[in-house]
Amino acid sequence: MTEVNAPVPRLTEAMPKGVSLWQDAWVRLRKNKLAMAGLGILLLVIVLCILAPWIMPYGYEEQDLALGATPPSSAHWLGTDTFGRDMLTRVVYGGRVSLAVGIIATAVALLVGVTYGACAGYLGGRVDAVMMRLVDIFYALPFMIFIILLMVVFGRNLLLLFLAIGAVEWLTMARIVRGQVQSVRQQEYVEAAISLGLSPATIIFKHVIPNVLGPIIVYATLTIPQVMLLEAFLSFLGLGIQPPMSSWGLLISYGVETMEEYPWLLIYPGLALALTLFALNFFGDGLRDALDPKASKD
Amino acid sequence: MALLTVDNLTVYFHTRNGVVPAVDGVSFEVNNGETLAIIGESGSGKSVACYSLLGLIPRPPGRIEAGTALFEGKDLLQLSEARLRRVRGKGISIIFQDPMTSLNPFLKIGDQLIEPLRLHFDMERREAWSKATAILEEVGIPNAARRMNAWPFEFSGGMRQRVMIAMALITEPEIIIADEPTTALDVTVQAQILKLIKELQVRRNIGVVFISHDLSVVADIADNIAVMQNGVFVEQGSRDQIFKSATHPYTQKLLAAVPDSEKQPSVPGARTPMVEIEKLKVWFGDSRRGEEVRAVDDVSLTIKQGEILGLVGESGSGKSTLGRAILRLVNPVAGTIAFEGRAIEGLNARELKPLRRHMQMIFQDPYASLNPRMTVYDTLAEPLLLHKIVNRKGLDVEVFALMDSVGLARDAVLRYPHEFSGGQRQRIAIGRAIATKPRFIVADEPVSALDVTIQAQILNLLLELVDRFDLTMLFVSHDLAVVRYLSDRIVVMKEGQLVESGSAHDIFTNPQQPYTRALLKAIPGKSLLSGNLSFE
Repeated sequence: MTEVNAPVPRLTEAMPKGVSLWQDAWVRLRKNKLAMAGLGILLLVIVLCILAPWIMPYGYEEQDLALGATPPSSAHWLGTDTFGRDMLTRVVYGGRVSLAVGIIATAVALLVGVTYGACAGYLGGRVDAVMMRLVDIFYALPFMIFIILLMVVFGRNLLLLFLAIGAVEWLTMARIVRGQVQSVRQQEYVEAAISLGLSPATIIFKHVIPNVLGPIIVYATLTIPQVMLLEAFLSFLGLGIQPPMSSWGLLISYGVETMEEYPWLLIYPGLALALTLFALNFFGDGLRDALDPKASKD
Repeated sequence: MALLTVDNLTVYFHTRNGVVPAVDGVSFEVNNGETLAIIGESGSGKSVACYSLLGLIPRPPGRIEAGTALFEGKDLLQLSEARLRRVRGKGISIIFQDPMTSLNPFLKIGDQLIEPLRLHFDMERREAWSKATAILEEVGIPNAARRMNAWPFEFSGGMRQRVMIAMALITEPEIIIADEPTTALDVTVQAQILKLIKELQVRRNIGVVFISHDLSVVADIADNIAVMQNGVFVEQGSRDQIFKSATHPYTQKLLAAVPDSEKQPSVPGARTPMVEIEKLKVWFGDSRRGEEVRAVDDVSLTIKQGEILGLVGESGSGKSTLGRAILRLVNPVAGTIAFEGRAIEGLNARELKPLRRHMQMIFQDPYASLNPRMTVYDTLAEPLLLHKIVNRKGLDVEVFALMDSVGLARDAVLRYPHEFSGGQRQRIAIGRAIATKPRFIVADEPVSALDVTIQAQILNLLLELVDRFDLTMLFVSHDLAVVRYLSDRIVVMKEGQLVESGSAHDIFTNPQQPYTRALLKAIPGKSLLSGNLSFE
């Protein structure tokens, strides 16, 4: 054993870095071709959506009534709709809204659900019972009616849509997190943290949540498509986004009305939505396998 | 002609980090009425060697690269899966390590026992049932006929292992592979199960392959011993050869690792008490409905400053609960706990926090007691910062000093727990426990999850730290040899109560209580310790 009063080195860049479980998962994920393809498509869609105002040749509300609905051509790659608006532009702009709804509503669900579920699971006992009964009550509310009511009372706006969908999705998240936390809090490292004298909040955020993040991330990637579908459904019912703004759901809804004369108005937004959902699901599945090596054969 | 002849068995695992030679050219024989013990530490390939004979290793990544295994004139390694299945049922059966997880909880014992008979022998249900009852009786389960209708959860660990043995025997195999069959059991139960296996082997004249990490366990039952390290048999011979004239350094190391000495009492009698417990009761469950479990029941105990007090008991005796109650990790229902003269049984979390730095805990399982998402640095820095032992500037120096103290290489500071072996992880956990310079430490079975050679290192590390930092320690263990090696004083606990206490020397040489005597008698390999080898 080295003497304690020997010169003690500083923590330097030269120290070999360990491989964290996250890095380990990334290595596994990279080998999953389907998941990486999913990730690639997602990144492409996201970049396209973000850059839309700069790269799209037309504005999303730019009408050309004289042109009317035309099939795909060299000027309009995906054709135009009945108002003569460029479909490619509208699909990309629709993607902006759809993705934003998916990501923001999921983020809301994550924030609320993870905190709520982690507290309930960690504190346990009576606190847990009360908190989870509350969740049960929310579960019992017919959420479509809840959202429709919100939309009717407060009018249709985007922010409210995020909140409304997030308010519904956090329930499942809270339940999943609570279950995970209950098993993690039995671990000895949590007991060790208690015996060090750490406060419950520190233990929850530093020791418990990082160890349940795996399943949470996976569930989040599977929530995003769920939320996007929900938004599409609400828009389809006329409760979501207002024209001339568009979302994939709204575009599909219009497309359905004119399906027989102008099929491209349905096909392209439908394809865009389906492709993104596929990509998200493959990526989510890949993540699950990567984060839980025991489930896959590696 | 040997019952089973294995020649040059070679099994490689093809993982993404390269090829791992799990078993590398291993040869052995098993004869009727003979026990071959394969001894090795975790990862030495001892289980893989046996399981690959029956096609029970995952393939891929595992692959049998070479070798033959002749059993009843056939090479097991060449058999089809369907033929192997018949061998598994009828010719060679396995007793697994953990009896708690190897029985199906949703099937009655009887139904599980008759399953192989119905499958392999096409036996009538009634006939199979009566045969199973007879075997259950043979392995020493009282009221066998009635117990056939019981569920697995109605059996204790030892009884379940008897059921597992019955299940292995029921098809009248020629060979039984016992994979650490007593590791999960208490010492007294372990002694019974070892005796049972030996008896059955003699009575039925079968071959036994006994896999274990612990030389002392097989000292009384093995005829031949093979010592395995890194996939190779480094030494192989009769029991007496191995114990009396082992030549390979690794075997000698294993033999030396069995703690057989007694600690010299270091504490003069009259030192001040560090921890005093008075009539402590820790009960779990619902007392109104009379369903409470009295884990600790009316225990009074004094731990003197500077001593190592060994707390011995079998599983369920309440020894871990007592240790946790002293640190206020579980709450007592009655009684008092005084730490350095101050009553702490009524303090809340906020009042306890400043005391926590003076009393720490080392846990049993180093795989579970470290946060897998934190590097060594983060793990060790956390208590230092929490209790403001050092400021940010002095943090690095202090973390490195801690790593030196527990014998960890400094360049491992940014690694994560999963990159360390069990022994190294336990060093990290010990480093965390001593980070705040505590005066009192509860060590809850700190070496029972470790390999024997590592055990000795960790025990010596603990002794050294106790000496250097003037620690007081409550050392909780089921392993008497370990406790004797480490403790100044020993208390024996049974069913929530203290049955005997005294100096380590007195407890071992002159036990007063029958329970203590039973515990001492059950220590495996006593003959090995006394140098007097014989079958009892």
